[in-house]
Amino acid sequence: MIKKRYILNFPPESGDKAFTYHLVKDYDIRINILKAEVFPGKRGSLLLELQGKKENIEKGVEYIVSHKIKCEPLDKRIYFQEEKCIDCGNCTAVCFAGALTMNKTNWKLNFDKNKCVVCELCIPACPLKLFKIDFN
Amino acid sequence: MSKIKTYEEINQKLKAGKAVVLTAEEVSKMAQEASPEEIVEKVDVVTTATFGAMCSSGAIINFGHSTPPIRMEKIRLNGVPCYEGLAAVDSYIGATACDPDNPTYGGAHVIQDLLEGKDIVLEAWGKGTDCYPRKHIKTKININTINELILFNPRNAYQNYNVAVNTTKKMIHTYMGTLLPNLRNATYSTSGELSPLLNDPEFKTIGIGTRIFLGGTQGFVVWPGTQFHTTRPKNELGVPVTNAATIAVMGNLKEMSPEYIQAAYYEKYGVSMFVGIGIPIPVLNVEMAKRVSVNNSQIQSSVLDYGTVGTPKLGEVSYEELRSGSIKIGGKKIRTAPVASLSKARKIANELKEWLETGNFEISKPVQMFPQNTSLKSLKETEADHD
Repeated sequence: MIKKRYILNFPPESGDKAFTYHLVKDYDIRINILKAEVFPGKRGSLLLELQGKKENIEKGVEYIVSHKIKCEPLDKRIYFQEEKCIDCGNCTAVCFAGALTMNKTNWKLNFDKNKCVVCELCIPACPLKLFKIDFN
Repeated sequence: MSKIKTYEEINQKLKAGKAVVLTAEEVSKMAQEASPEEIVEKVDVVTTATFGAMCSSGAIINFGHSTPPIRMEKIRLNGVPCYEGLAAVDSYIGATACDPDNPTYGGAHVIQDLLEGKDIVLEAWGKGTDCYPRKHIKTKININTINELILFNPRNAYQNYNVAVNTTKKMIHTYMGTLLPNLRNATYSTSGELSPLLNDPEFKTIGIGTRIFLGGTQGFVVWPGTQFHTTRPKNELGVPVTNAATIAVMGNLKEMSPEYIQAAYYEKYGVSMFVGIGIPIPVLNVEMAKRVSVNNSQIQSSVLDYGTVGTPKLGEVSYEELRSGSIKIGGKKIRTAPVASLSKARKIANELKEWLETGNFEISKPVQMFPQNTSLKSLKETEADHD
């Protein structure tokens, strides 16, 4: 079993299909919806955490993509200019998903993209503006 | 009789490469097993450091005279307003200054751009006088074209600072970072046992003329900082438990490094500047050995509610608790986060240690000690506000 997070972007014509139902029913994938933005008659975005067998997740992603839905692993949509980070810790104050933490030994910032739920609070919290997250 | 050392003796040992220099964290660890008498025997200098946002920062700039010359009476650097009342071509740019139409770029960013060697647009206006006939100039400057570039910070390196929380139902944006509603986080800002003024809380070795690490080069303490407050509540070791004294510092910005001077923008608050400061504390006697031995469990800070007018105090916590990741206020466990960089502060303390060990940095006896028993006045409102 593996766990992966994807951002799905739906074109207007794909908004009425029950994709999550098929992911569960046909590919035996456990779904956790972390974030959703739906604009009726227009486009929509979903942040999904998929849990299941590796091959099932791959097939499930193929199924989604075959319906013209853009599907990207979450970590590819998070931009963090790590080389400019001063390890001040301001971003850790707002990150309740535990993606941003201070290493208690060297007090440097740890960023675990896999834990990010795209709450986006780190973006304004960083005084150096080093985070960018492209959800759409 | 316990040992007493002089500045001269320590400097001779530093020059000869025979002095023992430890960081404040190292000496705090040593103190778990060694007595103050043993520490004064073994250790000559302790390095302290901090790297945090220090709003009260800025730079004095001399632009040089143009032909024909101008008496600059309104000055903008990359659109950021600078002080125009310092003679014809001198100015002071405050770190927090900004153009209201472009609030995310301010004086700190201009200072950082200068440090990084970038060109800055200087635009200035004057009324035109017999000796300064020009009325307007627009040109580009950079760190090499200007004469002096002097960092002058009237209030830095706060002796302790508050822990910030928010009891209200709304998220607030402060200079202590983003404070979530309903006490969901707490932020703190000093480097605790590594913090300069917490290792010499009564200013026995720090005063006017103290040579320090400032922004990556040698600088000086030039005055007690503004809001210098020495009568704040103290713990049983004499360490203030809230924001107390400060120092005014000065140094040659041209020699500084962007690694230790960093512009910052705080959401819905404004521009500020991270400044790296390191102060060497000579272990002159047993009393100083005791002072530098202080550890995070012996330093407390006041928890203030930044969401409520008057910032009421909700309790006191130690730096050991703050660093553990959570504190308890009124029985509630609250997650903690720093807003100043301990990793950078450690780097500064170690760099200063190396300067001292290699004989490249002399400790200096203050030419004037700081005043005692000072407190703060608040601003009284004498005119009724009819708005």
